[in-house]
Amino acid sequence: MVHRYLPMTEQDKKDMLATIGVESVNELFSDIPESVHFQGLYNIKEAKSESALLKELKQLAAKNKDTETNVSFLGAGIYNHYKPVIVDHVISRSEFYTAYTPYQPEISQGELQAIFEFQTMIAELTGMDLANSSMYDGGTSLAEAGMLAAGHTRRKKLLVSDAIHSEYRDVVATYAYGQSIEIVNIPTKNGVTDIDQLKELIDDNTAAVMVQYPNFFGQIEDLQVIGDIAHEAKGLFIVSANPLALGILTPPGKLGADITVGDAQVFGIPESFGGPYCGYFATTTKLMRKVPGRLVGETVDQEGRRGYVLTLQAREQHIRREKATSNICSNQALLALAASVAITALGKKGVQDMAKQNIVKTRYAKNAFEAAGFTVPFQGAHFNEIVVKTNKAVNEINKQLIQDGIIGGFDLGTVYPELQNHVLIAVTELRTKEEIDALVEKMGAYNA
Amino acid sequence: MHNENQSLIFELSKEGRVGYSLPALDVPDFDLSELLPEGFVRQEAAELPEVAELDIMRHYTALSRRNHGVDSGFYPLGSCTMKYNPKINETVARLSGFANIHPLQDETTVQGAMELLYDLQTSLVEITGMDEVTLQPAAGAHGEWTALMMIRAFHEANGEGHRNKVIVPDSAHGTNPASASVAGFETITVKSNEEGLVDLEDLRRVVGEDTAALMLTNPNTLGLFEENILEMAEIIHGVGGKVYYDGANLNAVMSKARPGDMGFDCVHLNLHKTFTGPHGGGGPGSGPVGVKADLIPFLPKPVLVKKEDGSFHFDYNRPQSIGRVKPYYGNFGINVRAYTYIRTMGPQGLKEVTEYAVLNANYMMRRLEQYFDLPYNRHCKHEFVLSGRRQKKLGVRTLDIAKRLLDFGYHPPTIYFPLNVEEGMMIEPTETESKETLDAFIDAMIQIARETEENPSIVQEAPHTTVISRLDETRAARTPILRYTKIEG
Repeated sequence: MVHRYLPMTEQDKKDMLATIGVESVNELFSDIPESVHFQGLYNIKEAKSESALLKELKQLAAKNKDTETNVSFLGAGIYNHYKPVIVDHVISRSEFYTAYTPYQPEISQGELQAIFEFQTMIAELTGMDLANSSMYDGGTSLAEAGMLAAGHTRRKKLLVSDAIHSEYRDVVATYAYGQSIEIVNIPTKNGVTDIDQLKELIDDNTAAVMVQYPNFFGQIEDLQVIGDIAHEAKGLFIVSANPLALGILTPPGKLGADITVGDAQVFGIPESFGGPYCGYFATTTKLMRKVPGRLVGETVDQEGRRGYVLTLQAREQHIRREKATSNICSNQALLALAASVAITALGKKGVQDMAKQNIVKTRYAKNAFEAAGFTVPFQGAHFNEIVVKTNKAVNEINKQLIQDGIIGGFDLGTVYPELQNHVLIAVTELRTKEEIDALVEKMGAYNA
Repeated sequence: MHNENQSLIFELSKEGRVGYSLPALDVPDFDLSELLPEGFVRQEAAELPEVAELDIMRHYTALSRRNHGVDSGFYPLGSCTMKYNPKINETVARLSGFANIHPLQDETTVQGAMELLYDLQTSLVEITGMDEVTLQPAAGAHGEWTALMMIRAFHEANGEGHRNKVIVPDSAHGTNPASASVAGFETITVKSNEEGLVDLEDLRRVVGEDTAALMLTNPNTLGLFEENILEMAEIIHGVGGKVYYDGANLNAVMSKARPGDMGFDCVHLNLHKTFTGPHGGGGPGSGPVGVKADLIPFLPKPVLVKKEDGSFHFDYNRPQSIGRVKPYYGNFGINVRAYTYIRTMGPQGLKEVTEYAVLNANYMMRRLEQYFDLPYNRHCKHEFVLSGRRQKKLGVRTLDIAKRLLDFGYHPPTIYFPLNVEEGMMIEPTETESKETLDAFIDAMIQIARETEENPSIVQEAPHTTVISRLDETRAARTPILRYTKIEG
């Protein structure tokens, strides 16, 4: 068989076998014990031509209801935002996407500089001293923050707000189990972390207090108050923040956060059914040498020209092996690039404009829901999500909405038993007044 | 490559420029003070760049020209499988029905995506010879940790929570011991013998009733097949441990030997390596894990299943599961690319992938063995390791050889790894390179070997043609500058 990805000809093969000094390719596999030598071919689907495969996969893709042809009010951690068109043009340059980790800085200055710029942008948005080159996603980044806190404080307990994304909390719990760290949940009150309960639960074995900003219900936590409580007990304060919201909200770095993590999916990264996304990890200079993952630093070459290298590698698994700060070996470089391009396109003003549109449009939706007779139980300050109470089951309403081309909000009852018949509605800058009005109207009809 | 002083995007910024276009606000505006309490509103704006669209494109285009990818030239970086990244994969991953679906949508609205994932899972079960596969881990190291957590849960469920030792060969990837630590295990290193394979005597010596698992790459990082694999599996199973397969080197054995048939209990794969990810400048990856039947109850949540009516479903009812390892269901976009690749190659194609990967590596090894030391002289698999100790005696280190290769337009091999080879150079050509490309690289290596004897300074002072010369890494680590800071005035 001749395949377009396999350039060797029969003559090449003959010449090469002669150079090696063997009769056949099979001889090169003679070290595989006979009893485990796989015979024949895999029982998988036959190869398809480029055009036939493309046709088949387009049909498969068309079976899904996407957020481009439907109108989405689904958020819960992953959002349908404006993606500047240039983002895909930049990350489609194959010098970026066909490269690997920049181990050879002389021929990787492009990637290294792009990451250095990303680190700067994240540090600016979060108000932290520094940020790393990215993590798998917001959830694993939060888990790594917890592990760092436990290692740094030599304490074995994490206080985790119930108003953190449930899937993030689940990931933290899995990592914590591996390290024999105890997880204690902090209950919520009126849709935000319950401060009185936090004061009760915190003790001198608490490594860190973790909250989300804005939290899972779209409500904005009072970070200053929570951070002070964490620090009084000599624990660290970890914030999982939506970096778009930080265009408007006071950044965690100004409110006492020791570590700020989150996901940069909001900047130019498609929803992509769960990934890949772009976790970020930002912290203080004090904790710099305990950061997981890769860091890019500025230096000079032999002629004194400015350049960039992977740095502080003594923390990492390929040097430290079992004593490394984390086992993470890759980052999300291509997504960090995508986020950097989107942040650059938006720029200083655009990030504020876009964040503000989210708040204002969500407020419009809140007023519209209330005017239509819905209850919005949590009345605190919000970003781009609100909780709406329904009479009927949320999944039943959503099943009807999809018939109208609307992807409804997240069914909170699936995660919080006390919030049966409550839906989390996300309103981004992409939702028009018309779309919001239609949602409220349809939900009103299906709720009756 | 582009040779100019390169500005940072922040240095191109000028107040008042924008690179975006948002729809006009079509709902009543509010003053932020009406919506947010005092103290919640940011007082100082984040210092982000203000640049118009063309200048953004020029900036990132300039950066791309200062970067080497597989499409730029040969990239024989050992253990990283830098093969061609097919363009159809990129097209498919960007189809709106795949790129623009939300992970929390109702299952009935994403059956196409779930069908793709299920078919990929099924294909990987066949390729690895395991009983079940999860696509959740985000990368290889994440897969290692996931599998080790499952092994831990398995032992605990059997009342054997005291098994706290993971055995790792001295040639192992650094992620192996690091993942073991994160999963709460202690690492024990087992030695390699003179042939570059795991020393069975040493393995017998270190195993015991505290053995949780052995982590093994096969072929190992020297590119050599561990011939005694069945005996090794027997030793570990004999004391009640599990055998873990690090799938970083699967490109060497597809259709030739399956981890499941070799006695392995679990395996992680690097879809961004063997299955054309792509590498993305360091990520994203995807690190599925395959397991044998007795580990299935411990798979991370959720498990993708096919129901009797033919529909697909995420099953959360898994009482013995280790829990969630990642939000949602893995790096879907990478899994779509890997699936597209498998469907492009088919069974015959995947077999030829391995055959050419191994043919190419052996050909290069034989053509280079006269010029560089070859510590382990036997057929290699998809990669081989040369030693630069002959050149080191002449004052030229492996690092110098790597830097000299940059002048020829190549990405160098992986260097100083594995740790058990002095001045190591680990070369992995992959199957997608032509004989002409291999020959040109070999000629460059031979020329460097000659230069080392005749004119070592040209090697020692390399690179000569890149946009920047060797960088001061000590300075970077001693006084870390990890972000841009605007100089006022």
